[in-house]
Amino acid sequence: MSKYELVAGLETHIELATNTKIFCGCTTEFGGEANTHCCPVCIGLPGTLPKLNKRVVEYAIRAGLATNCKIAEISKMDRKNYCYPDLPKAYQISQFDKPLCYEGYVQLSNGRKIRLTRIHIEEDAGKLIHKNGDTYVDYNRGGVPLIEIVSEPDIRSVEEAREYVEKLQQIIRYVGVSDCKMQEGSMRCDVNISVRPQGSDTLGTRTEIKNMNSITFIAKAMEYEFERQVDLIESGGSVVQETLRYDDATNTTSSMRSKEDAHDYRYFREPDLVTISVSKEQVDAIAKTLPELPEAKLQRYVQELGIPQKDAELLTKYRRITEFFESASIGLQNPKTVANFILGSVFKTLETESAKEDFKILTTPAQLNELVKLIESGKIKNNLAKAALDKMLASGKGATDFIDESDMGGLDEAALTELCKQAISSNPAAVEDYKNGKEKALQSLLGYIMKNSRGKADAQAALAMLKDLAV
Amino acid sequence: MSKIKKLHQQLVAKQITCTELTSGYLKKIEEKNGELNAYITITGEQALATAAAVDKKIAAGEQIGLLEGIPMTLKDNISTNGIETTCASKILTGYKPIYDATVWELLKAQNAVLLGKTNMDEFAMGSSCETSYYGGAKNPVDTNYVAGGSSGGGASAVGGDIAVYALGSDTGGSIRQPAAFCGITGFKPTYGSVSRYGLVAYASSLDQIGPITSCVEDAAIVYDAISAYDSKDSTSRGNIGGSTQNAINNDIKGMKIGIANEYLQGVRDEVKTAVLQAADVYKSMGAQIVYFDMPSLKYALPVYYILACAEASSNLGRYDGIRYGYKTDSYNSIHEMMCKTRSEGFGAEVQRRILLGTYVLSAGYYDAYYKKAQNLRGSIAQAFNNAFGICDIMLAPTVPMTAFKNGEAVSDPVETYLTDICTVPINIAGLPAISIPCGKSTNGLPIGMQLIGNKFEESKLLNAAYKYEIESGVLLK
Repeated sequence: MSKYELVAGLETHIELATNTKIFCGCTTEFGGEANTHCCPVCIGLPGTLPKLNKRVVEYAIRAGLATNCKIAEISKMDRKNYCYPDLPKAYQISQFDKPLCYEGYVQLSNGRKIRLTRIHIEEDAGKLIHKNGDTYVDYNRGGVPLIEIVSEPDIRSVEEAREYVEKLQQIIRYVGVSDCKMQEGSMRCDVNISVRPQGSDTLGTRTEIKNMNSITFIAKAMEYEFERQVDLIESGGSVVQETLRYDDATNTTSSMRSKEDAHDYRYFREPDLVTISVSKEQVDAIAKTLPELPEAKLQRYVQELGIPQKDAELLTKYRRITEFFESASIGLQNPKTVANFILGSVFKTLETESAKEDFKILTTPAQLNELVKLIESGKIKNNLAKAALDKMLASGKGATDFIDESDMGGLDEAALTELCKQAISSNPAAVEDYKNGKEKALQSLLGYIMKNSRGKADAQAALAMLKDLAV
Repeated sequence: MSKIKKLHQQLVAKQITCTELTSGYLKKIEEKNGELNAYITITGEQALATAAAVDKKIAAGEQIGLLEGIPMTLKDNISTNGIETTCASKILTGYKPIYDATVWELLKAQNAVLLGKTNMDEFAMGSSCETSYYGGAKNPVDTNYVAGGSSGGGASAVGGDIAVYALGSDTGGSIRQPAAFCGITGFKPTYGSVSRYGLVAYASSLDQIGPITSCVEDAAIVYDAISAYDSKDSTSRGNIGGSTQNAINNDIKGMKIGIANEYLQGVRDEVKTAVLQAADVYKSMGAQIVYFDMPSLKYALPVYYILACAEASSNLGRYDGIRYGYKTDSYNSIHEMMCKTRSEGFGAEVQRRILLGTYVLSAGYYDAYYKKAQNLRGSIAQAFNNAFGICDIMLAPTVPMTAFKNGEAVSDPVETYLTDICTVPINIAGLPAISIPCGKSTNGLPIGMQLIGNKFEESKLLNAAYKYEIESGVLLK
């Protein structure tokens, strides 16, 4: 164990999934030809005025409630002044001293709570494009609504940071306010990081690593920066407060600007916008529309549905999966069967994390529900259902397209005995092997029975009978 | 009688066509604008096209609105789609907005005839119109004197009768002061009653659009037309006080006219005398005059210059040469391009206010200046609130003096700032106020008096102004 402890706090920017921008009616759609999702307001033409999108406030409150924040009854917008070509008004409309949400937390699996200082709303900037030695600006992203979630320096390891980001991502996606796609830039993190001797309770000098767009990079950058700071201190130096950028190609951090060069943003109240007041009733109304959150859902799946912890974690990771699972389980005695089908057959068709997250499959919850009902009513056996499901997933067709009437219902004792006898007489070599102690040889006999019963035979019963007959 | 009404009647009675009226004004502009320098841009073609449309309506026997076909102007900081809007600054040369300001949208819908865009102090920063990149507008009463500022062009145009009315903007007196200097009427409505959408911002929390007219009734007519609620401006409330035209002739017997003693201090004798004579006129009409102290008024000037400059430093950050307007010729980096563009594109007064505003918002100075000024702003607003507990309307000078000689104001900027003392408190408190003529100085220059109303009590304010105007015979002279 290191002599030093890592201390970190994260600032996470998340683009909200509203249809229109924060201060005008332009679309927030990702991409599009440069400067086509723009209007006089979002390119800051002289004389234009911002108009706060109510939906943005509502979405931010959803995020706040889902992360245990208090919601400010009175908040306001401020101007953060700085000059850069991607910022057409030379100020960003943000929130300074009266954020919309404050004092929340995210709980990690080790039981630790990462406290959230605040969540505020603000506008995104445009994007510079460097091409053929020239620089162009695309303002499509300018004015897209963001929330910035600021945590306290409560994170104590790279693992905790990783889990914190994943948890945030999961929660925000659950409440439907963002897709949190780090690769598309709709979620980005700044990490404030310092080190201190184990057992110390004073904070060391921190550095800030800016604008990372993958959890892997966050982890690598933190590992690198932790080592760098420890080495500095161990070699008698001291950490300098500065802003760093992380270079993933070299896996190193380098200085962007020192504390002395820090911007003076000259914050002041945005005079073009009025006070944001949110009543308790409005907050309650929003709270009522929140879905069951991941943590509560996980507990319920484990405790009430009897789904093993690991399976429940996989099921609850993405909201779309839980929605599918819950809808497919309606009216069933044992939702576990549905869970197993999802984690087995369905997951096999969804290879990547983003495919699991999108959960775009051809089979509807109702179709899976119908299939499992056939099992529960004893009409078909599990293995037949599994085979049918594979075909359903590939085609989008229903269970009855692959299972006809003659498949329904089990085999009676006589029919099973008959089939077992046929199996033995048709596979003398396998019988011989079995008699010579090769337990495995029975599998090929069982395969014969399954094939010839079109999956209707009960495997356990068939095996028992084979053993009786073969000896 | 109202000039707008008179012209309206002539149009309706077919004594004159709108095309004749408009051509007449365009001709007068041609004759006089060289000397007055009231217009930056003249939009003759568009004016005549609108006039022809109005004539067609009249010929077809259709009814026309009061403002329909009346030739007017807009201050050059009010955005007009496709028509250059320069704010009298080099940095906005060639800038043609791609949208209309709400006020212009409203007036255009009524077939107002736009003669052109009028001169102003650069970005509305100044009290003489002389910080304009295009040179100052001259006073039509005597062109050795300035028209005042910042809406000097509009006042010069209306005073010189090369426009029937003008829209100006008032951040610290920019409508009222030039109206006082030019001997006409300038009305700054309650903050929030006229949409600011499309008004190029100087100080957003103080800016307000209003009419410059030749009489109070015209101010009422124009105000009623432009004071609509606008969803594009979050601070817009609209005309919640109701039509002012219907109220201007109400009896003012028993009305309490308040005079704050501070308002009579440091004012030139002939101005003070004229204002006190106006008080006597009110008394003769059955109004009561009440005197009181408003000690917080002494903070108004520093509060104004701190807040206005702070907001301006932020509002003017966007002029960087990247998207529109002036851009420097040679540069080696984007940083140098922005710096040179701004150094070359902004005039001295604008640069002075940006620097001042940047300073007062800086870390370490914010509390001492900006925050303190915000607190005092609250005290000043409260003082007015208390004053309107004991009176209906306040009476004050508009400016402590008469018009500056050409060149006088720009030679000593701080001395010039001090002359805004009577007008800035109104913007700080967000109140409506009107300047109307109340006499002349010994050298024949107009003296203006200011009437101040409580928030959204435009009707009562214009009522008091109209009654004085009639009673004092200003209209008859």
